[in-house]
Amino acid sequence: MRPVAVVGIGKTPFGAFPARDLRSLAEEAIARCLEDAHAGPSQVEAFYLGNFAGPSFVGQSHLAPYVAAACGLTGIPATRFEAACASSGAAFHHGVLAVAAGIHDVVLVAGVEKMTSEISARVAQILASAGDLAGEIRAGATFPALFAMIARRHMHQYGTTREHLARVAVKNHANGAKNPLAHMRKEVTLETVLAARPVAEPLTVYDCSLISDGAAALLLAPLERAADFTSRPVRVLGVAQSSDRLALQEKEDITTFEAVKRAAKKAYQMAGVGPADIEFAEVHDCFTIAEIMAIEDLGFVAKGEGGPFTAAGSTAPGGRIPVNASGGLKSKGHPVGATGVAQICDLVEQLRGEAGERQLERHSLGLAQNLGGSGATAVVSILSS
Amino acid sequence: MDEANRNFGPGVVYTETVVHAAPEAFLRDAPYQLAIVELQGGGRRTVRILAQTEGERVHIGDRVEFVELREGVPFYRKAP
Repeated sequence: MRPVAVVGIGKTPFGAFPARDLRSLAEEAIARCLEDAHAGPSQVEAFYLGNFAGPSFVGQSHLAPYVAAACGLTGIPATRFEAACASSGAAFHHGVLAVAAGIHDVVLVAGVEKMTSEISARVAQILASAGDLAGEIRAGATFPALFAMIARRHMHQYGTTREHLARVAVKNHANGAKNPLAHMRKEVTLETVLAARPVAEPLTVYDCSLISDGAAALLLAPLERAADFTSRPVRVLGVAQSSDRLALQEKEDITTFEAVKRAAKKAYQMAGVGPADIEFAEVHDCFTIAEIMAIEDLGFVAKGEGGPFTAAGSTAPGGRIPVNASGGLKSKGHPVGATGVAQICDLVEQLRGEAGERQLERHSLGLAQNLGGSGATAVVSILSS
Repeated sequence: MDEANRNFGPGVVYTETVVHAAPEAFLRDAPYQLAIVELQGGGRRTVRILAQTEGERVHIGDRVEFVELREGVPFYRKAP
């Protein structure tokens, strides 16, 4: 396998954009990415698109060639990847494999979701389809409800508190306030999070990521060809994907995601590094409890210590391992199919030293963790400057 | 016993939540309590809890009893 580099990135702002359709969002991110890589559409050999529920949200299927054609990418393999909220993480994983294996040289990977065209109860129903229909969704489970049940169990087993969860939201909103592309650019207080409207107890609306529109794209090339595109290539040291059962009721212990642990172990092995070497991370904080579980399952802290570690400020910028300096899904927004690639773009900005106000002091080795559903898909990526 | 009349038997609450923001299909039910129950006969099931009052809501470790199946969904209540 040959070394692979990210040679270009492009993102749209995340937010609610009633006047924008899915295709125009994807087009914008791809145009920015190709411009960043000084590349033209004719250089792209394959196109992998992450999208969770375009057919349900906007009524359009066959999305990869639909987007590709609009971007001038014609006559190449164009494939959509669906893995719930890890859709574009899975697309990235397969894009890296294709370049590493020498099947393609230049692969464009993008993610897109257009979610705000539907009312929130309908969005909740569409998102719930990423759970186990017969086992949990028919009983009335939503994604907030599944993560609320995980939170209750985590609190029961490890003494995690309601305030620990809120600390994740406060930190990520403080980070996102500095991100010009973030959906909700405002700081929130602990009191605001705790007193907010309940969504699924104990989670309030501020424990939940945002329903957003948006797209992100990146260009992959063999490291040996990276100089054709950029003077600041970012190397993909490791990327791994794993899976698990969908239904929480079928998992031995719902306070840990085995797929995340498996993907992390493999990604660390590929990269030749361990959790203690990672300088910063973008993790899948679809709900506040998910960030606490992520830092545990990735090995940054021991199981059960994620809450106190967060409350101590160890995951804030300047802390031991800054997590979600972008604002995370919580504040940046979570257009689900775009999230995996957007996380990689956020790592690349940090690794290049181009994160502006959000720039971290240590920024040579970063990790991204993208989660699908309640842990049935996980993708872990490790990148270095 | 056919599936429609299957009794899942008693169990203990493994975890629970009260759903306030319901999906389209359950808007009329909200708020409602959902739980994963550790069945006495083995395995876990995601169930609905019948609770009219705060006192009838269940917590982790509470014993619960099977009431009925509604469209394939087991409904439970706090055991006396």
